[in-house]
Amino acid sequence: MTTSHVESEICQFDASGFEHFVEGSQEPDWLTQHRRQAWRTFESTAWPDRKQEDWARSDLRGFKLDHYGLPTGLPSGPDSLSDANIPCWLADGVQPAGYVHTLNGCVVKEELDTKLASQGVLFGDLRRLASEASDVIQAHLHSIVQPDQNRFAALQAATWNAGQLLFVPRGVRVEQPLYVAAGLTHEACDTAHTLIVLEEGAEATFLYEGNSESAGAKGLHLGGVEIVVKPGAHLRYVNLQDWGRGVWNFAHHRATVDRDASLQWTVAALGSRFSQVGQQVSLVGEGAHSQVNGVLFTQGKQHLVYNTLQHHEAPHCRSDFLYKAALQDKSRTVWRGMIGVDPEAQKTDGYQRNDNLLLSDQARADSIPGLEILADDVRCTHGSTSGKVDEELIFYAQSRGFTRKEAVRMIVTGFFQQIFDRITIESVREALGLSIARQVREYS
Amino acid sequence: MTHVLKIENLHVSVNGKSILRGVNLTMNHGETHALMGPNGSGKSTLGLVIAGHPGYEVTEGSITLDDQDILDLEADGRARAGIFMAFQRPISVPGVKMADFLRHATTNVRRPDRKEGEELIAMREFRKELKQKMEQLRMDPEFARRYVNDGFSGGEMKRAEILQLAMLQPKFAILDETDSGLDADAVRLASSSIAEIGREKMGLLIITHHDKLLEHNPPEFTHVMLGGRIVETGGVDLAQELHSQGYDRIRQAHPDAERANQEMTSDDQAELAVG
Repeated sequence: MTTSHVESEICQFDASGFEHFVEGSQEPDWLTQHRRQAWRTFESTAWPDRKQEDWARSDLRGFKLDHYGLPTGLPSGPDSLSDANIPCWLADGVQPAGYVHTLNGCVVKEELDTKLASQGVLFGDLRRLASEASDVIQAHLHSIVQPDQNRFAALQAATWNAGQLLFVPRGVRVEQPLYVAAGLTHEACDTAHTLIVLEEGAEATFLYEGNSESAGAKGLHLGGVEIVVKPGAHLRYVNLQDWGRGVWNFAHHRATVDRDASLQWTVAALGSRFSQVGQQVSLVGEGAHSQVNGVLFTQGKQHLVYNTLQHHEAPHCRSDFLYKAALQDKSRTVWRGMIGVDPEAQKTDGYQRNDNLLLSDQARADSIPGLEILADDVRCTHGSTSGKVDEELIFYAQSRGFTRKEAVRMIVTGFFQQIFDRITIESVREALGLSIARQVREYS
Repeated sequence: MTHVLKIENLHVSVNGKSILRGVNLTMNHGETHALMGPNGSGKSTLGLVIAGHPGYEVTEGSITLDDQDILDLEADGRARAGIFMAFQRPISVPGVKMADFLRHATTNVRRPDRKEGEELIAMREFRKELKQKMEQLRMDPEFARRYVNDGFSGGEMKRAEILQLAMLQPKFAILDETDSGLDADAVRLASSSIAEIGREKMGLLIITHHDKLLEHNPPEFTHVMLGGRIVETGGVDLAQELHSQGYDRIRQAHPDAERANQEMTSDDQAELAVG
């Protein structure tokens, strides 16, 4: 176990703050150059506006970047997640092969099974490893998430403060999951980046969760996730976010899956005030397979926007996508999904589906599926449903002794069960089930 | 102590339209009552009103269970007080396994004071009982792992309702057309299953068009409903008469109720045509 304590200052997201942040870091030159380039992009790019399709249903009113800053090291105060009241839902019943705990984007605790380390597995603080395993990181960092795609991506690429690397060498199978818990205190900022590289024939399970110190906490999360699954490798990746209801969350998640490789990607989004997440899977080698499972459960005035892409770049690939959202109160979700099939991607089998359960008259779910097919021998299907809880179903359950609230909770849990049935990690199924049950409120 | 379910002068409307027009019915624990009558006479409505369906408005009269007024209770309160209804068309609950659904239901009904979030009855004990009840009803154990009524055949749905009845052990049960949509063998199986559960351990109100379900469950009382009222009450012979000869005699003997019945059913037709 290593614990790093550095004198901490907060750098603003402006030119001098950025300089200070870069100067204070002891990073390889290539990385500093990389950051500076992204910073220039940030400075020369406008904030996204609603004329852009992906942002047309987003609402950035109230977002003020200058409310937040970057810590250069671990802040004083609580130095563990439990001291900071940060829950760890996914840790229950799991014996991880390695873990990283971060607080406000800084690593507070990390560990990796020594046997795996001796097999060449790299796992831990991305910033530390940028020096120790420079080659691996230089080869892959921001190779698939492009810093210049918008201003948030550029800012995150320039200022990521910590994060995690998982590198699994050729043919190594990691049986137990690798686990990351990210905590955010009130009004703090996390710009952490995740980089996962599975070499040929490797296997691993990666669990990530982000939580705030309280349900009402404010804050900013700028996230980047890059996943590279090389030929014949298999990855299960779980991302649970339960940020406080005052957190702004902007994230770019992207994976490439190569020949005969597979990725099972499970997303659970419960928290944040506003989220804008781009999630893309590119199937780049013949016979690649991806399965994306999404659970969204919102309340209050939460507003979550997901733009997803299943990009078939090679023939004989299969992509399977299911997002389910349940909405309470005045919350809103937007899902815009695309299956893109390149001309050479013949024999593509693509599927996408989005189901929404409206638990209040004032909730709103926008569901916009899309297909863009440039090959002529493919099978692509998509669909979406949105509906309210059936009152007859509530009555049926009540006639069996369920209270109205218990009935709604059961119906919501049942609604998500189809996704749970697809998740092959039992502890994750249980944690998600509990997270959902905790948040169901009176339905009327 | 014997339990009594008493319905007095019950008037019920839905969307301002009168459906029940003064129903009187008293059932004692251990008795089997058949409720018969032509389509649209109000039989299912009576069942749903007893069970506590929120879509019906009781404009007059009372329903008491052991002298406790149950009209103020929501459906779950009535279930906990000992009322059960087997639905004519049970609703599917996607994603919820029969065993989980029943464990929760059984806990709430057996521990009427249980608060939300308190523990359910022990898994082991529950499973044992469920397994035994399913064997008794000759049901495949796989049934418990399926989602409630999801993709069930007509016969499976009705048997699932009977299984719930067996587990919840109510004081009074209403079986709404538990025989409809079933073939002769399935009706016989349902009928004998109800008898096996022990109809003497509850009060049974069997709503039916046919007498098949009554074969193993001969009613002590047969009530005939027409135009939202019970117009005649007799013994098992009345059920047999209605089954073999239909409702012509009843319709002629109660012209006012017959007129009301025609009004109610013609409104139904009009609604169907519009809707």
